Amino acid sequence: MISLEKVRQRAEADARTNGCYLNPDQGFLNDLFDGLKQNEERYGYPSCPCRLATGRFELDRDITCPCDYRDPDVAEYGCCYCALYVRKDVFEGKTSIQPIPERRPKEKQDRAHGLAVESSLEKASATAAVMAKKTPEIKMKMWYCKQCGYVCFREEPPYICPICKAKKEMFARLEISLKKPT
Amino acid sequence: MVSVKIPGKNKQHKVLIYALSTCAWCKLTKQFLKDNDIEYEYVDVDLCSLKEREKIRKDIESRGGEAIYPTIIIDEKILITGFRKDKIREALKI
Repeated sequence: MISLEKVRQRAEADARTNGCYLNPDQGFLNDLFDGLKQNEERYGYPSCPCRLATGRFELDRDITCPCDYRDPDVAEYGCCYCALYVRKDVFEGKTSIQPIPERRPKEKQDRAHGLAVESSLEKASATAAVMAKKTPEIKMKMWYCKQCGYVCFREEPPYICPICKAKKEMFARLEISLKKPT
Repeated sequence: MVSVKIPGKNKQHKVLIYALSTCAWCKLTKQFLKDNDIEYEYVDVDLCSLKEREKIRKDIESRGGEAIYPTIIIDEKILITGFRKDKIREALKI
């Protein structure tokens, strides 16, 4: 059992570390915390309250809060998919919150919708079909913080450096080339 | 599949919500209909078996929607994805 207070503290700490804010609507926020708590008790991990989970962590890892889609969603739309995390201007009430489109690839969503029902043989072929279908390549890059040296591997640099709080602009691409020893 | 019927004075339309029991947007949608005294039914998809989920996904996709929640189906033909108040208002003429 996890307390609502613990769920709240975890989200607050994460928002602080990553330069985003929590939804200023306390009633809505409490409903989200409640959903996260329920999911954690049900599945053993806090999967997104606004997405259908499979109950298998390896398939739900990307939608375990904070999900893989939060940072790009907060940057682009002002809030994450469930609107737990928001951008500064949204927190300050300068921008309103609207439902945003789902960034998670459909193949991943479909797994929670019965792909696992099929017999193991069919399942294997379904999995193969999903694997064979080329998902749009996410262009992951290495970034480093010019202020403290923190390095991360993701599409875009983080909103703020989680270590030294430097702004996004302080990040630069890190390119590694392997040279043959001479 | 457990569908729950919420009574309301306005019974002009057949309103079905595919929702998640944990989802705050779904909760807002349910509350919005209740506040407007609209009779509706909802299914909490996360509490359904995998077989039922598959059926629901096919139902939503056959109507041209995406299996994301809430999905609101009005009179078997209008499908609204997400809590879009203006679209719900327009479809229900409220």
